[in-house]
Order: sequence, then C-alpha cells, then structure tokens
Amino acid sequence: MTTAVTVPEETDNPFALSHLDALESEAVHIFREVAGEFERPVILFSGGKDSILMLHLALKAFAPAPVPFGLLHVDTGHNFPEVLEYRDRAVASNGLRLHVASVQEYIDAGTLRERPDGTRNPLQTVPLLEAISAGRFDAVFGGGRRDEEKARAKERVFSLRDEFGGWDPRRQRPELWQLYNGRHAPGEHVRVFPLSNWTELDVWQYIAREKIELPAIYYAHEREVFSRSGMWLAPGEWGGPKDGERVERRQVRYRTVGDMSCTGAVDSDADTVEKVIAEIAVSRLTERGATRADDKLSEAAMEDRKREGYF
Amino acid sequence: MTGTLDSEALGTAATATTSLLRFATAGSVDDGKSTLVGRLLHDSKSVLTDQLEAVSRASRERGQEAPDLALLTDGLRAEREQGITIDVAYRYFATPKRRFILADTPGHVQYTRNMVTGASTAELAVVLVDARNGVVEQTRRHAAVAALLRVPHVVLAVNKMDLVDYQESVFAAIADAFSAYATSLGVPEVTAIPISALEGDNVVDASAHMDWYSGPTVLEHLETVQVTHDPTDDAARFPVQYVIRPQTAEHPDYRGYAGQIASGVLRVGDRVTVHPSGQTSTITAIDNLGQAVATAWAPQSVTLRLADDLDISRGDVLAPSEADLVPSQDVTATVCHLHDTPLVPGARVLLKVATRTVKARVEDIPSRLTLADLSQHPAPGQLVANDIGRVVLRTAEPLPLDPYARSRRTGSFLLVDPSDGSTLTAGMAGDAFADADSPVATAADDEGWDF
Repeated sequence: MTTAVTVPEETDNPFALSHLDALESEAVHIFREVAGEFERPVILFSGGKDSILMLHLALKAFAPAPVPFGLLHVDTGHNFPEVLEYRDRAVASNGLRLHVASVQEYIDAGTLRERPDGTRNPLQTVPLLEAISAGRFDAVFGGGRRDEEKARAKERVFSLRDEFGGWDPRRQRPELWQLYNGRHAPGEHVRVFPLSNWTELDVWQYIAREKIELPAIYYAHEREVFSRSGMWLAPGEWGGPKDGERVERRQVRYRTVGDMSCTGAVDSDADTVEKVIAEIAVSRLTERGATRADDKLSEAAMEDRKREGYF
Repeated sequence: MTGTLDSEALGTAATATTSLLRFATAGSVDDGKSTLVGRLLHDSKSVLTDQLEAVSRASRERGQEAPDLALLTDGLRAEREQGITIDVAYRYFATPKRRFILADTPGHVQYTRNMVTGASTAELAVVLVDARNGVVEQTRRHAAVAALLRVPHVVLAVNKMDLVDYQESVFAAIADAFSAYATSLGVPEVTAIPISALEGDNVVDASAHMDWYSGPTVLEHLETVQVTHDPTDDAARFPVQYVIRPQTAEHPDYRGYAGQIASGVLRVGDRVTVHPSGQTSTITAIDNLGQAVATAWAPQSVTLRLADDLDISRGDVLAPSEADLVPSQDVTATVCHLHDTPLVPGARVLLKVATRTVKARVEDIPSRLTLADLSQHPAPGQLVANDIGRVVLRTAEPLPLDPYARSRRTGSFLLVDPSDGSTLTAGMAGDAFADADSPVATAADDEGWDF
C-alpha cells in the first residue's frame, strides 16, 4: 500500500478524453437537456466571451438544425461598440432571434434611477427579470462559472428562481450524477449554467482550439484610459473621467466585458489567443478581481445580487 | 501582467492536453479537511493573490492573525457567520498534468446527503482521518458512502502525522484497519498516504520526516491515478435526449438522435434495440459534434442516425440488440433521502432516470441502514433527510434500468415531488454493496441486505 504503482500515461489510452472534450460534452448535454424539458429557453448574450462560448456550444449541440432558442441581451447602454457589432453579426449569421432589455429605456421612463457612481451593472436586474417574465422564458442560460467567485462555487447547474427571480441558497436542489431537475411552477424559471465547471483558462483554451472569433477588445490594443480604484477604465458617454482623473494611452486588453463604467482593462501585450492563454496561466489575479469594480463592494456582494435575481 | 512570457510557457499552456479528474473530499474541520484543501489549492498555486487577500482581510476582521484557509472554501454568508460548511462547494485547480474538479463536502452525519451528492460524480474520494484517533465512526461512514456510490478510487489521508511523531507503526495500523474495512464493502482500490496538512508533509511535496514512506504524495496520486477505464468492458447505453430534425431545404430528411453515451462503445453498423418499445435498427452514422466518426464512447455527446425511420423520442434508450436489458416496472434500490419531508410508503413521486421521467409509487421501505456500523433497521416506516435505506418502487411504465453496480449512469435515479418539483431522494438500482462479503455480523432480517 505504501509502494508507488506505475500507472500508464492517461494519453496512452485510446478512449481518454481531454479535459476540453469532457467539458464540451458535459455542456452540450446540458443544452440538450434544456431543449428536451423546457418550453421557452433563452440564452443570455452579452457579447462577452462566455456568452459567445455558450452560443458556439449550442450551435454544435443542435447541428445541422438551427439553435432552437433565441438570445436575450440586457443592454446597459454603456456598451463597447465592438461588442454590439459582434452581437449583431452573430445574430444575423446564425439566423437567431434577439431580445433586448434596455436599461436606458427604464432610466428614460423614470423607472430606474442612475446611480451616483454612474455604474449601471446593478441596474440590470429589473430589466432582466421583466424581460424573462414578458418573454415567458422558463429556462435562461447564463455564462456564470463556479470558479469566478465564492458565491458561485455552490451554484447549481440548474438554479431555481422564484416568481420574483430570487435565488434562495437554501432552496436549491441537490444535483447528483448528471440528473438535472428542471421542474418549476408557472411563473418560476430556472437559470442554467452550462459552463459551471469551466475555468477561465479552459474557456480560452477551447476558444483557441475551436478558433472562435471574439470582439477585438479581448486582445491587446492601444486605448485611451484613466485610472479609477486601481483599474483602467475607458472614457465614454457614461461619465468618465471625472475631474482629476488623467487620461493616457496604454497598451491594454479586457479580460471580461461588461458595462463600460465598471469593466476595467488590464495592461497587456497579448494580441493573440496563444499569448492570452500564456498570460492567464501566469496571472496572479482572478479575472473578476482584476477587472470588476462591482465585485469589490463587499465580501458578499455577489451573493446579495444573486439573491435579488442578478445573473 | 505585462511580464515577458517565455516561449516554453507559451507553448505548453496553449497546446497542453490534459485529462480531467473529478474527486471529492470528506472529513470534518477537526480532521483538517479545510487545511488539506487549502494547502492543495495554495501549494499548487491555484489560490490567486486577490483571493488570498480577501481571505486575509476576512480573517483579520474576525480577529484571526493568520489567514484562515477554510475561508477559501466557505462561500455563503450563513456559512461564514456560523463557521460551518452546509453545502457542496466545487473547487477548480490544475497542474501541468491534470485538471481537477473538487467536490468539497462537509463530514458530519447530518450532511450525509451532501457527501452523497459530492461522491455521485467523483472518480476518487479522499477520506481524512486524524492519526491520533484512527478509524472512527465517521471514517466508516465516509468509506460506506464511497462504496455505496461506487467511487472507483479511495484515498485514505492519515493526517496530523506530526502529532504522532511521524511513526510508521501508527500509520500502518490505521491503513490496515481502513483497507480491510473498505475492501469488505467492495471498494476496488485504496491508497493510504501519511500526511500533515498543516506542515505540508506529503500533500504536494514529499515529506522530509517520513523516509519510511516511498509512495506518492496526495497531489502526485491525484495527478497519476488512472481515471479512464476501458469502455469496451461496459455494455453500451444511449439515452436519447433530443431528436434533431432540421426540416430545412439543405437537410429535408435528416433525423438524428442526440445524447450523451452513458456507457460503453457504439460503432457504425451496430445493431441496436430501442427500449422500452423493442424496435430494432442499425447505426448508419455517428456525428461527434461536427465530425463524422465510426466509433464513439462514453461520455461523449454525439448524434446517431439509424437505418430505419422509427418512432423514437426523448427518454428512450438505445442498447446493443444482444444486451440483456429487460425493462421493468418494479424497482428495488438503495436510496439516500435528501429532502426535509420524510419519504413514506405509498408516496406518489416522479422517478427520473437518465432522460426519462415517469410516475412511480413507493411500495415499501423494507429497511434503513446505519452507515457507521452497517446495522439495519427493518421496517423503519419512513426515511428522513440523510437516511440511507432500501426502497421498493412501482413505476407507471417499464424502465430500462441497469443495476447501479454495473452502471453509475443508467442505474442512478432521482425521486421528485410531483407537486412542487423538489428533489426528494437519490436512488441506486439494485443491491448496495453487491461485490462485498458480509463485512460485519448484523442481525439481518429476511429482506436484509445482500452483502
């Protein structure tokens, strides 16, 4: 028992699957389960890499038929133009239906009020929930990954939300084997996270393997930025920079893509997918830690937003 | 982030093909589980600077001087406030050799359901014991869960070796006792490793204090244990998830059956039977997510096409025509009850197996099992949350169910509450510890366990 056993290399086994093959098969399985059990699923699509990856997997899962559900974009109005353009191209080339929930419309109508700090990420929850309810969507695919944040580490693949979109960690169903329980009452819906078991590195390795095109801002480029809370933010109509914040040109890229007001760029010279992978492999910060102001609010920031129905 | 990258790092990170190991840890804070997990994450450099800073900050706020690595794994507010783990937490880390998914589960008896959940997808389970205490009731319970869920590899981590002066005799006695017990339950492989999670001995790096031990460290074992077993040993099972019918100008007659191969190998030309209808046909094409292949195996997600136009829908199971698969409406199973509402005879439930959900009724609950000593309690009347027991079910339709001992994928099922959709119970068809000899003398009744 205390002697080392010589184990043949896993790669010698003709039936071995790489970790990417295993994760891909699992995600495809999840997409097909939802297609088989729900009436009106929808994919949350922000134009960020995780939602692009979800769309890619959905296309593979149902080929040669089209993806049997549409996309839902919660538009904060603070978008990177490159990302919107990507979104519209993806919708057109794959013959998809796009639903848009606009934070700007809520602000214009006076239902939502702009926050003093100008960030609109927390404002997305109401438009998201109303779009889900108006579209009668019963399954909503999100690109959330368990490695992103502590409150997500215990998230289920099928996450039940009550009629107010709320997430109660104590009401979550145990998930065993590959058996996902999607039963829900009318008015409730299920958030589905097919990328639960992927890490940031897996996502990028898979993007490289599958040669998936991303919005250019994920790769190093020169951009005017200013520093706020230790992050490089891009100036724009959303309200930056304020007095005393100095704009400079730097070589940067984005690790996550969200609302312009709270998504920071990182200094980087990684202008190819291979260089990005190498950069992540040696990075000492998580992607949210490096680039998301909204997660720094408190230790339980993400948990609180999830309870209210956030992504 | 702007540091220059050497070409070696560039090459390996981008092209590395590694395998995936899902494993579970069971143990309590007292055994040093959080310290072990924290050390695995920390020493394999999977804890990043901002995570460590958050842990340090939270530790300081609670008046602790050193960063409490348990805070890395206790995510929910209620858990932090109460200093406990109430749920399965999934952790991700990687070494150049392998990617790991760790299901981190609490060890106490009231959390058996979490342990069962974590073990259900694990290919390896790490059971922790305190070297000063040896094999105790909790250890036997953890071994029983691993055996019951048929986790192929079990690691016994004998922790706190520093507190017993790194004595080989202490380790050997615990390892022997545990291995004998686990083997009697049918656990196919036990690897015992003497460690000190606190000092770092044999977790990632080899210990300088135990030259009598020549085996692998915990991480070395995790990196090298063989996780791909030969699928040609298993009978093929293909639960149909979804029927793909594009009905487009380009593909007017395409009809593909999408699913994840649950076990075994499928080949173009194989004769298959559709269960439960009994129709037969031949596989004419296998599409492996965009690539036409001649052979596919578990757990690949594929799309099959057949020679004949049959009436096949979600929930049907395709199996080789020579397979001895006889769909039945009577199911006998070992279950772990998960829900706070007890399971009682006569309960009307939904039974979900693979891609099929059918109505079912609980006919009988012949016995309840105490995991710590495997003693049985005949006719318990009900099963409450965290109870393991035997149930007899009658289903509304015949189900092509395999014994769990033969297939973790097509022998496992859930019982679901038809009124509110809650997941009630996790079930494993067939006998509990089928391969084992009777491990302990118990007062077995007539309908007792087949050890």
